[in-house]
Amino acid sequence: MKELLSLLKQNARLSNADLAAMLGRSEETVAAQIAEMEEQGVIRGYSVIVDEELADRDAVTAYIELKITPQPDCGFDELARTISGFSAVESVTLMSGGYDLGITITGTSLRDIASFVAQRLATLDGVLSTRTHFVLKRYKEKGILIQEEPGDERGVYL
Amino acid sequence: MNYEQLMSQRAQQIAPSPIRRFFDLAETMDNVISLGVGEPDFRTPWPIRSAAIATLERQAIIYGANSGLLQLREEIAGYMERRFNLSYHPEDELLVTVGGSEAVDLTFRTLLNPGDEVLICEPSFVCYAPLVRMADGVPVPLPTKEENQFKLTAADLKAAITPKTKLLMLSYPNNPTGAIMTREDYREIVEVLRGTDIFVLSDEIYCAMTYGTKHCSIAEFDGMRERTVVVNGFSKTFAMTGWRLGWMAAPAPIIAQARKIHQYAIMCAPMVSQRAAIEALRHCDAEVTQMIEEYDHRRRFLLERFRQMGLPCFEAQGAFYLFPSIAGTGMDGETFCEKLLQEERVAVVPGGAFGESGKNNLRISYAYSLKHLTEAANRMERFIARHCGT
Repeated sequence: MKELLSLLKQNARLSNADLAAMLGRSEETVAAQIAEMEEQGVIRGYSVIVDEELADRDAVTAYIELKITPQPDCGFDELARTISGFSAVESVTLMSGGYDLGITITGTSLRDIASFVAQRLATLDGVLSTRTHFVLKRYKEKGILIQEEPGDERGVYL
Repeated sequence: MNYEQLMSQRAQQIAPSPIRRFFDLAETMDNVISLGVGEPDFRTPWPIRSAAIATLERQAIIYGANSGLLQLREEIAGYMERRFNLSYHPEDELLVTVGGSEAVDLTFRTLLNPGDEVLICEPSFVCYAPLVRMADGVPVPLPTKEENQFKLTAADLKAAITPKTKLLMLSYPNNPTGAIMTREDYREIVEVLRGTDIFVLSDEIYCAMTYGTKHCSIAEFDGMRERTVVVNGFSKTFAMTGWRLGWMAAPAPIIAQARKIHQYAIMCAPMVSQRAAIEALRHCDAEVTQMIEEYDHRRRFLLERFRQMGLPCFEAQGAFYLFPSIAGTGMDGETFCEKLLQEERVAVVPGGAFGESGKNNLRISYAYSLKHLTEAANRMERFIARHCGT
């Protein structure tokens, strides 16, 4: 399962036939294992890694640190769920260290993001403070390089 | 100056490497995709590079012990013990060399007297026969066969031995076939050698790359260690080709002679590489495991693609090469490779470059990304369909 998952993480579009060949299993086994992981929620979905700069030159991504007050009974979960509900929000993680929630959000302009932070996030009950960092350039995401792959420098010398 | 008349006849008689020809041609073309390279596509793991940087920053880069850093030899001894159950004394049974190639050359120069015959299992890497000639030896090809999955058999070995046989050259896991020799396979070979005075040179540079089975060294067998020189190195296992670092492990009397030649010709292997290699042996098992797993995925992927396109290929279990047969295509290796390059811009090496017994095969390297292999396989599939379609 672990090997299968690691192959899918590198490229979720590999066909079951290719995965089966690479793992030395039957296509049926691979299909069943993927279905099982989907069923169990181990696999939550399939996405695509986009070079935003090429896809949309105006896209702006920000990483926002949030300090929040934990709620009685549910700690950080309820607020985290609320924030996850915004469609503009791409990722929400609970962090150890100097802040509580780390959020990634992509918008169409600086102003777009500024107004989301000011009007939607900062105003939520329990949010103590926000710090917004704008992404200048991305080099790698989920193990995939977002840059020119270095050319093959190897030659045939013997 | 009449160079040809004045220079060494022996040097001039050595043929240039037969692998190069297609790649010289390929370099003149656009959009060529190669499956020809014989080195890892992975970068050297970062901890090793980092150790080299630290060495440059903190150490004087000066000559070191002729045999190599003792600390490195101790790590090599530990590695051979851990991996192959082979015990070599770091002080006098190990010699750190400039790549496995130097160790191969040293072994020939140390063991051969003029006219001594060296049995070279073929197909095999192209350097052995020329180096034997330069050491006054006589290379004798010992062809292995596709029906035996390119393993050496006792019968073939027996038939090739003459009173002049000094040395048997083994290279498993094998470049170019990807063949391996298992413990079972070696048993009958060992029976033939035991009780003779024949030495064995076992080039085990691809030892980390076996799939589904653990590498076995012939030196592990009773009565073999005393007659065997094991050559190994960092190039393939740790993706360190350009660092030029290998070693030879052999009984002390052999190392003592080899060390003199090494001392006069080389002095010592590169010191930055030696210090980095200590890190490789100590802390890079996880990185190696990950590379091997990825090679295995590619190996299986390509085997399946060849099966689907109707290119017969035995299931190679070692190194990073496949050796499909083109016997059924009606073309010889040279023609096949030239057409494949001209028509589909795929560069591969004809198996005949590695010995007569490989003339009906292609050497395919899978030291490439899956994306690259997929594109190359697509092109080869078109080519096969066009020329051998049913």
